[in-house]
Amino acid sequence: MRDLLALQNLPAQDIRDILDLSQNLGEILDRPIKKLPTLRGKAIVNLFFEPSTRTRNSFELAAKYLGADVINVQKSGSSVEKGETLWDTATNLRQMGIDAAIIRHQVSGVPEQLAGVLDVPVINAGDGSHEHPTQGLLDVLTLRQAKGDVGQLKVAIVGDVLHSRVARSDIWAMRALGAQVVLIGPASLLPESYRELGVEVTTDLREGLAGVDAVQVLRLQKERQSGGEIPSQWEYRARWGLTAESLGWAKPDAVVLHPGPQNRGVEIDSDILDSERALVRQQVRNGVAVRMAVLFRLLGGAHDEQ
Amino acid sequence: MKNIALLLDSDAIRRALMRIAHEIVERNHGLDGVSLVGIRRRGVPLAKRVAANIALIEGAAPPTGVLDIGLYRDDREQRPFSAIDATSLNPGLINGRVVVLVDDVLFTGRTVRAAMDAVSDFGRPQAIQLAVLIDRGHRELPIRADYVGKNVPTARAEQVRVELEEVDGADQVYLERASEGDES
Amino acid sequence: MMNSERTAYRIQGARVIDPFRNFDGVTDVWVKDGRIAGQPEPDAEVVNGDGLWLVPRLLDMHVHFRDPGLEYKEDLESGSKAAAAGGFTAVCTMPNTQPVIDIPSLVQWQIERSRQLGLVRIWPIGAITKGEAGRELAEMYQMAQAGAVGFSDDGHPVADSRLMRAALSYSAAVGKPIIQHAEDSRLALGGVMHEGAVSQQMGLGGIPAEAESVMVWRDVELAGLTQGILHVAHISSPGSLEALRYARNRGLRVTAEIAPHHLFLTDEAVREWNYSPLTKVNPPLRPAQVQQALIDAVRSGLVGVLASDHAPHHADEKAAPYDEAPFGISGLETFLGSVITLFLGQGLLSPLELFAKITSGPHDVLRVAYGGLVPGQEADLTLIDPRVQWTVDPRTFYSKGRNTPLEGSRLTGRAVATMVGGRFTMRDQEVLG
Repeated sequence: MRDLLALQNLPAQDIRDILDLSQNLGEILDRPIKKLPTLRGKAIVNLFFEPSTRTRNSFELAAKYLGADVINVQKSGSSVEKGETLWDTATNLRQMGIDAAIIRHQVSGVPEQLAGVLDVPVINAGDGSHEHPTQGLLDVLTLRQAKGDVGQLKVAIVGDVLHSRVARSDIWAMRALGAQVVLIGPASLLPESYRELGVEVTTDLREGLAGVDAVQVLRLQKERQSGGEIPSQWEYRARWGLTAESLGWAKPDAVVLHPGPQNRGVEIDSDILDSERALVRQQVRNGVAVRMAVLFRLLGGAHDEQ
Repeated sequence: MKNIALLLDSDAIRRALMRIAHEIVERNHGLDGVSLVGIRRRGVPLAKRVAANIALIEGAAPPTGVLDIGLYRDDREQRPFSAIDATSLNPGLINGRVVVLVDDVLFTGRTVRAAMDAVSDFGRPQAIQLAVLIDRGHRELPIRADYVGKNVPTARAEQVRVELEEVDGADQVYLERASEGDES
Repeated sequence: MMNSERTAYRIQGARVIDPFRNFDGVTDVWVKDGRIAGQPEPDAEVVNGDGLWLVPRLLDMHVHFRDPGLEYKEDLESGSKAAAAGGFTAVCTMPNTQPVIDIPSLVQWQIERSRQLGLVRIWPIGAITKGEAGRELAEMYQMAQAGAVGFSDDGHPVADSRLMRAALSYSAAVGKPIIQHAEDSRLALGGVMHEGAVSQQMGLGGIPAEAESVMVWRDVELAGLTQGILHVAHISSPGSLEALRYARNRGLRVTAEIAPHHLFLTDEAVREWNYSPLTKVNPPLRPAQVQQALIDAVRSGLVGVLASDHAPHHADEKAAPYDEAPFGISGLETFLGSVITLFLGQGLLSPLELFAKITSGPHDVLRVAYGGLVPGQEADLTLIDPRVQWTVDPRTFYSKGRNTPLEGSRLTGRAVATMVGGRFTMRDQEVLG
């Protein structure tokens, strides 16, 4: 493994290894001194071309806990804003000695392209509607901690699956581990072709939630309404919002995930988010553990041969 | 072909660990303030056995912890990636206490150096001591063991194999000599 | 036209494939003073055609030469060299230049410039609407007088149905086709590849095949209403083929072309190229079942024209993130190789049937007369080695655009010599400027 660009086609064993590693590194967050020498002297750049404070902070803390130095490059104020290409920016940073690049970009595939330009590990922190692999990993880690073997679970993903990089990474990770996956949402926001991959697809929340062990609730993006794909947030909530009533259609012990940030009262109600069944805090914590594991996996040994 | 010599059988291992338990109690005037920390992998069952032995002597076992020093290695860049097992330590186990690190073989001393760094990230021990089943020499750092099961003079190219019931299914320690023409 | 060196040639031993006369057989061809000659010429240079095919007047009716205004992508000289290297003797240049070719003087300028270059016949396509803005008709009659062979707002569809109706009505009077880039822009909005399983997995915005066919159906209806001449550019969807069939059954003057990349590649190429925008083209590469329907449409004769949609871009532009890179494939220099490999390698068409799609087929669409290899006709011909195997290496292109997802592909067959007006413009992959 040189890069982490996507979970699609990542062998199940690699996913399990990263989950085990994440599980074992999680305790670092509780240490009085969270500054290990593991990646001491490694310089990592966070290239965030799309704003995301939480994911950036999570990666930055993960890198710093392992002893690496981190710099943050954002679109605003960077050379990219002055017309430089992203590839030139990255190449220049490489000349300054960076050992890995973490990239968030609004266009799908940019991490893949960047990996073709750089000779150091590239980690995808979310690209367009494509993937958000560390989110997928932290979601299955959270599920595994709460419910045990993910391969025995049926998981619903509710919302704008079509445009969700989180959903895509979740689907690949869950499928690799053998979980059953059902996608639920408005037809205009569901990738119908996923049926061919053995994923259930339905527009009916009640039908979709029947018998599921976990529900991943996706964030409803405002632009879906302006793009005409849904009439209003309230109409969306009425049909696909996770409420005390609709959660009742899932198994009695079903748990709830949400990648955040949440629109309380739209895709999910506060009384669920604030209940024991919501694992959103564990997701955030596991995010740091997973990112430490990924950084350690990619930088913590002699370079793998390609 | 490898030339193999048995160094310790299961009885010898049992006696060595009982002696180490006695020495720890004697040196520290009992077990107040003593913690045992087993270094992954084979140091972990060894620490448990020593703790059980101490319980036989003192009527109670000292607290034990588990440490994987993989995150503290100084040679990761030279080795292929290897996974990390769970570490189980907390400041209560370390702060102001005598921490006895337990490992199977003391060789270059680098593992112990890494373990001391790791322990320091959890707190400030009153003292760190070292217990090993085998000391085979060839130190690269100024480190010595406080409790040794058996001192074994070895050549650098030789390998000391420790097998324990909990990990390998049987208790034995043997020395592997590389024979003529054998690379390692 | 073209050049003052007038030499006589005897092309000996080649298999002559002449779709204009429906002729396929080995015969000598004589050339003198720029034209096909009827009898032996004493001082003729003998060109050995053993094992080669000789095809008259290869025409690519859909290319972008970017000149004027976007010469950093391509210019008339580099584009003409690419055409000669690819074996083409005539091309139709699309008008989406800067400024847009929407007045007679710009048409004349392109033709004049091509005469100076003497590498390929350039038959300009004029814009349907002024500035390709889709608001007012351009001066089509006068552009036709100046030499425009058809009209298109290629790159942009004529979205306004009323305007399209007017354009088609007008085309009937001018006698030249309206070449529509059929696309419902709202339906295609945000799309960068074919909408389907691959786009959904790659998280790239999808363009449904229906974004094309809804407009083709509209245009077919308008062609019926107006009795106008409609040619659908780079057709790529099953619905469009159905509309074409409907038009044909009604006896309407509606034709279409298919680009080689839609026949040779599928949307899986986007995955294989791992987000490289080299695969980004509009209409997008389609899935295998659509590809098969397009191949069938060529075989059945429903589609009688193959055209490259040669769309060169600068390497920097094609290195951008997928969403931001421009659409287009540089296609002139892989055109012959890819269609020979596909159709002849698999025996899907006879050579005569295949070459009709890039000779007599487009001539008919454009209402341009050419009699084939008969005495007195312009000596425009191409010698093709149908068996040579080669690997596509864009660094060897004459085009400034090296943007092709066929890079690295093994192809069979390529032009070894091109002659325009009795003068060789290319021999052995060397363009003779």
